[in-house]
Amino acid sequence: MDSLPSSLRQPSVIPGFGLALGLTLAALSLIVLIPLAALVLRAASIGPQAFLEVALESRTLAALRLSFGTALAAAVINSVFGLLIAWVLVRYRFPGRRIIDSAVDLPFALPTAVAGIAMTAIYAPNGPIGAIAQSMGFKVAYTPVGITIALIFIGLPFVVRTVQPVLEEVEQDIEEAAALLGASRARTVFQVVLPHVYPALLTGFALAFARGVGEYGSVIFIAGNIPEVSEIAPLLIVIKLEEFDYGGATVIATVMLVISFAMLFVINALQSWSRAKHGNV
Amino acid sequence: MAMSDRLLPLSHAPKRATSETLLTRILLIGIAGLFLGTILFLPLLTVFVEATRKGWTPILESFQDPDTRSAIRLTLLVAAIAVPVNAVIGLAASWAIAKFEFRGKNLLLTLIDLPFSISPVISGVVYVLLFGAHGWLGPWLSSHGIEIIFAVPGIVLATILVTFPFVARELIPLMQSQGTSEEEAALTLGASGWYTFFRVMLPNVKWALLYGVLLCNARAMGEFGAVSVVSGHIRGLTNTMPLQIEILYNEYNFVGAFAVAALLAALALLTLVAKSALEWMFAGELAACRRH
Amino acid sequence: MLIQTRRSLFLTAAALSIALSASTSRADKVLLNVSYDPTREFYKEFNEALAADWKARTGEAISINQSHGGSGKQARAVIDGLDADVVTLALAGDIDQIAAKTDKLPKDWATKLPNNSAPYTSTIVFIVRKGNPKAIHEWSDLVKEGVQVITPNPKTSGGARWNYLAAWAYATKALNGDEAKIKTWIGDLYRNVPVLDTGARGSTTTFAQRGIGDVLISWENEAFLIQQEFGADNFEIIAPSLSILAEPPVAVVEGNAKAKSNLEAAQAYLQFLYSPTGQRLAARHFFRPVDPSAADPADIARFPKLDLVSIDKDFGGWAKAQKTHFADGAFFDQIYKPTN
Repeated sequence: MDSLPSSLRQPSVIPGFGLALGLTLAALSLIVLIPLAALVLRAASIGPQAFLEVALESRTLAALRLSFGTALAAAVINSVFGLLIAWVLVRYRFPGRRIIDSAVDLPFALPTAVAGIAMTAIYAPNGPIGAIAQSMGFKVAYTPVGITIALIFIGLPFVVRTVQPVLEEVEQDIEEAAALLGASRARTVFQVVLPHVYPALLTGFALAFARGVGEYGSVIFIAGNIPEVSEIAPLLIVIKLEEFDYGGATVIATVMLVISFAMLFVINALQSWSRAKHGNV
Repeated sequence: MAMSDRLLPLSHAPKRATSETLLTRILLIGIAGLFLGTILFLPLLTVFVEATRKGWTPILESFQDPDTRSAIRLTLLVAAIAVPVNAVIGLAASWAIAKFEFRGKNLLLTLIDLPFSISPVISGVVYVLLFGAHGWLGPWLSSHGIEIIFAVPGIVLATILVTFPFVARELIPLMQSQGTSEEEAALTLGASGWYTFFRVMLPNVKWALLYGVLLCNARAMGEFGAVSVVSGHIRGLTNTMPLQIEILYNEYNFVGAFAVAALLAALALLTLVAKSALEWMFAGELAACRRH
Repeated sequence: MLIQTRRSLFLTAAALSIALSASTSRADKVLLNVSYDPTREFYKEFNEALAADWKARTGEAISINQSHGGSGKQARAVIDGLDADVVTLALAGDIDQIAAKTDKLPKDWATKLPNNSAPYTSTIVFIVRKGNPKAIHEWSDLVKEGVQVITPNPKTSGGARWNYLAAWAYATKALNGDEAKIKTWIGDLYRNVPVLDTGARGSTTTFAQRGIGDVLISWENEAFLIQQEFGADNFEIIAPSLSILAEPPVAVVEGNAKAKSNLEAAQAYLQFLYSPTGQRLAARHFFRPVDPSAADPADIARFPKLDLVSIDKDFGGWAKAQKTHFADGAFFDQIYKPTN
């Protein structure tokens, strides 16, 4: 495997390309690609006409719009606050910092259903925050807003944890240099420090977004699940499965997969472009 | 020098060109705290409050339940297999992607990300399509007496799929921003490839690796959707902790359900405390490696 | 390399499953009962009684593994290879699916045991908040303006299909079988549902803990459990004039039981459900026994009396009901179609 055509990659003195890539591809094929091929082939087996019928049904489209829309909103909010949290955790020392640092990962560990039940308890009209919202005339739980909040919870660690290590790596010498050259603090942060972080932030955004699109467990409790209003795409998949309709279920899954893949691909391309532009060493 | 200044307590930090004013800092910390409080801590608090609603005795009793105990054992076993597998794959993938330029890199990167975007429900269903009684390999497997789905191997596979990108995703941005100059230097000085990998690259990324492993572990222990499809839900045999929580909840055993949930959260916290302890022990080394 | 990795994966897998099954094979016989959600307490007690009886009759030690989950999901797992010896599910339609999609069950499984293979029955009732502030006594009260009804989605919850059919049965009687009017009525009912949870348990939480809705439609046995868990002083059970006879059926998955030489034990297991002991335990856990004579009269007295229609007589059996009401694009889906 070490003898990959050299035109595929640029020459480098670093060894192990064949081994590393080979291992990666083997694992990727076994764990990800073959199972996904099974999914796509199952979806294709129902025929193009039936495929389009399922995919373009108004209820499917409404569910896809809701899933992608709420995931996007949640990922944007997470990017802003996740960056802020990572910054605070890396740059400042304050009481409770370690607790916060430790707790950021908990959304991963808490089973999604538990998170969903807990979130609904808080944001339902009789919950502590839901009651405040209610008195102000808002409804949080059982609306797309509730879904977005659940997805913020699910996706937050992605942003914080991808940004954090990179932020820790940023050397303060360059900040000192910028300051010495007369740049204001805000300018130093936004034009010198953050550009280093943007690629990682973009990754975090993409991951939080991708995760949010497919999330099921935490969302069903807070969503309300009314068809065409608060019914997410993964719920439609479950409904199809309950009807023993593997074909229909895999069609919706394939559509989601293709859209997510395209978005991730664009974001990854964008990121390598931005890396090239900012010329990281 | 920069490091030691940053470690000073907030109130004593001198006003410097490389830090914000005290007011800005307090404001930023306040916003972060408020956000985390509503989004993160309130749900966690709810879980612990629900668990302890009837005092501590029912919690201890629920951990005596043999089914719950076997669920805890199974969850630890699954994590113990899935996490190291993903750590090795993640290291290989990030070495290939971050240290080399090759065609199709973005495609590879996107394929690695893909498991995050698959709905957990579907991550389970794909293995049913492969290994189920009507799946591609199902008939062959059952005629050879090999059980994959509705048994531990299926749960492990589904968990590996769901947590596949974590380590690689944690390492790649960091390794890319570090570049290849150190490795090249080591190799020019005559170090072997493996030596360079273990002694030059690995120390540079060990904290990111640790983050990746912790995230992967947390998610592996908490995964519900995918595992639920391939588990078969057999009490005491194929129920992981998240599945056991669901079952307890469905049986109107609130305290039990939230007690197991709280334990799961506590297990995750435990690994995080270990991380903090490591960071504290190696604070000097950490600073040194950052200064290069 | 690919093949090697895969083989070692299989080997690990095989080793693991052996290690796993070894840990539970202390009994001479192990049965797997794949059941739906709220039957755990019942089967826990029942399995102990059965094991004692089996030991006394054959001298063999028997142990029963239990699997619980949503009824449809459990049926799917059996179809996809979960090697259940017996299934004890919420609806006959789910067992029909196993019979249709595998050759492990005969198509006429329901005739193998008395009473359509349903050893216990239940029905659908209402739960309202203490004092019944919206004065809900009958199905017709559920379509009134301003009444919020909580019921799960019949597409994802087997139990919720009984809820829907019970409502349909009432509407059929009240509207003299005029199908267009019945559909409008059912539409009005579901438009009063603010939260359509995916399972019965989710609906219970929405109603009891989140404080949403005025009435929860629920299985009778779960209604009793809700009172037990959340306090009888908070909720009241209301029996409408008419409801449906819910028959949770049981069947031996012959293909699996034969392969594991468990056929005899599996059959005895299900027959024991019909024994006086089985019937008494069912009544204790809020299921209506088919033979009340063996049960504790105090347990029987808890069940309200109401007229019950049956799925076979009034809906032409599960296969037909499923197709007319719950299949993709059928009556239930039409409720949520934008009307022009």
